[in-house]
Amino acid sequence: MSETARTTAAEEFANSATPMQKVQHALHRYPWLSPLIVLVVLIVIFAILGFGFDVGSLENFAKPATISLMLQQTVIIGTLAVAQTIVILTAGIDLSIGAIMVFGQMVMANLAVSATASNVTFMAGQNPYLAVIIGVAVATLAGGVNGFLIVRFNLPPFIVTLGTLSIFTALTLIIFKARTIQGKEFEGAQDVMGIMGKDFQIGPFGFTIGLVVMLIVYVVMAYVLRGTAWGTHVYAVGDDPTAAELSGINVKRVLFSVYLTAGFIIGIAGWITIGRLGSASPNVAPEINLETITAVVIGGTSLFGGRGRLVGTLIGTFIIIILDFGLSLAGLDQAYRVLAIGVLVISAVAVDQWIRKVKI
Amino acid sequence: MTVVTSAQPIVQGKDLNKSFGRVIGLNNCQFELFPGEVLAVVGDNGAGKSTLIKCISGAHEVDSGRIFVNNQEVSFKSTHDARSHGVETVYQTLAVAPALDISENLYLGREVRKKGILGKVFRSLDKKHMREVSTKSLSDLGVLTVQSITQTVETLSGGQRQAVAVARAGTFGSQVVILDEPTAALGVNESARVLQLIKDLRDRGMSIILISHNMPQVFDVADRIHIQRLGRRAAVVTPQSHTMNDVVAIMTGAMTVPEEEQQLAPVR
Repeated sequence: MSETARTTAAEEFANSATPMQKVQHALHRYPWLSPLIVLVVLIVIFAILGFGFDVGSLENFAKPATISLMLQQTVIIGTLAVAQTIVILTAGIDLSIGAIMVFGQMVMANLAVSATASNVTFMAGQNPYLAVIIGVAVATLAGGVNGFLIVRFNLPPFIVTLGTLSIFTALTLIIFKARTIQGKEFEGAQDVMGIMGKDFQIGPFGFTIGLVVMLIVYVVMAYVLRGTAWGTHVYAVGDDPTAAELSGINVKRVLFSVYLTAGFIIGIAGWITIGRLGSASPNVAPEINLETITAVVIGGTSLFGGRGRLVGTLIGTFIIIILDFGLSLAGLDQAYRVLAIGVLVISAVAVDQWIRKVKI
Repeated sequence: MTVVTSAQPIVQGKDLNKSFGRVIGLNNCQFELFPGEVLAVVGDNGAGKSTLIKCISGAHEVDSGRIFVNNQEVSFKSTHDARSHGVETVYQTLAVAPALDISENLYLGREVRKKGILGKVFRSLDKKHMREVSTKSLSDLGVLTVQSITQTVETLSGGQRQAVAVARAGTFGSQVVILDEPTAALGVNESARVLQLIKDLRDRGMSIILISHNMPQVFDVADRIHIQRLGRRAAVVTPQSHTMNDVVAIMTGAMTVPEEEQQLAPVR
């Protein structure tokens, strides 16, 4: 009798969630919801300012050409952020993403560059397909080095990737002498090396092959993370490594495979970068590590591991790019964009801390 | 007293030794668990009960001694080995991943893939099947008070989490379930529910090892009580033959029980 009464009371209590609690539950269930709201709000603000008010050259914001350019601009950060997401899901972090991307890209470019170009290394003049495969393989291997050091010696990912950030940056400069390889120096290999930058029109919008490849990477990895046992294990390892281990998951193998997979995606991103920029430069991405982390964190993935979705990362990437375009079209200084990103990152982590305290 | 019985122990440890450097965890320890019983393992801190359980669950390897499961000698190198012999452990820390949902947790480490090309080539998980079995398993145990099987475990109460962990141990054809302090973090009502769960599991024919500090609970559910002291089995008694005070006295060495007064044979 009293048992029933108590249950009913408890149910009533549970049902009388405050609006804030409802928001918390929704965000807990769908961690990409808050970045989506931010994205929509940003688009609406910039569009209104562009149409209704005369702010800078924002009237161009909603034009197909601008939208196309914004989409094409997402490919480098967007692809690298996939690699960063799977690493962060395991409660790790990869500071070496940019360095590995540049290294892999320079390997590709220096292999494929015409042997007749000036100041090329001994390996120039190879088949471009072979060059791409080797470049991606080198990046995969570099990711494997991170994974090996983390798993074998139990080193924190932060320290390992901070070290490999320096190491791969230095290796790039030592081996390839800081030489930028221009698109035309590929000569006959240019079609293959630059294919990711090749564009095509659908209606008024222009897309690139690189954008399509990036979206394929998102779809494939989203499926792998949510639809396969490996994906579940990645979440479990990031969530509670002890629980994962006790459940019979080989935590070290999962961690190693995550860094290896990240390396592979970084390699693909290197190829995409050559197409996007039309050249291969060792100085292409000094801040890209932080931008990928920013995209992942804004996208609602927890730095403490185990929670987050790839779609959030994609939204996070769009937020960064849209802020970039919107604020510069509004005629504001670059510093405002940096300021806005900083506020967003801190807010995103604060929201994450809040939704982790959810109770039902 | 010679034990004349037809029942063979489902888990048996003979002369188990395990030390950690100079610290002796097990010192020629004996252990028997019979089919369909609840055996409580009690002992003071440092008496070696965790070490004993970890050796049986595969978390530790014994230095010397032999372990039998179903009369077959085994040598567990990992918890995975133990599990493949039907010995499941529910850890005090629960070993559930809070951000995963109930069904994902139940199947963690032994996910089921879809049949055909989707499963073989694309390694697609059969989430529908896993959710169905999880739902059935939880309702069989009478603990399906959760709103949804896709609810993440962190949104559950302590007792519900414990139920998920126990359900996981009981779902996959295991014969032996080891429960390590299952009520340590629970309130009175939830503890009672978990104790009922233990009795239900036993009634379904499972053999249960219960590690607990809580004497009233031990006396409530246990068929026999294995008392560990200084790395050895000091005695095996039943709630009927001895009082709680006796058990505490045996634990601390204030009382010894001659072997003929112990309950070394199964009571069920």
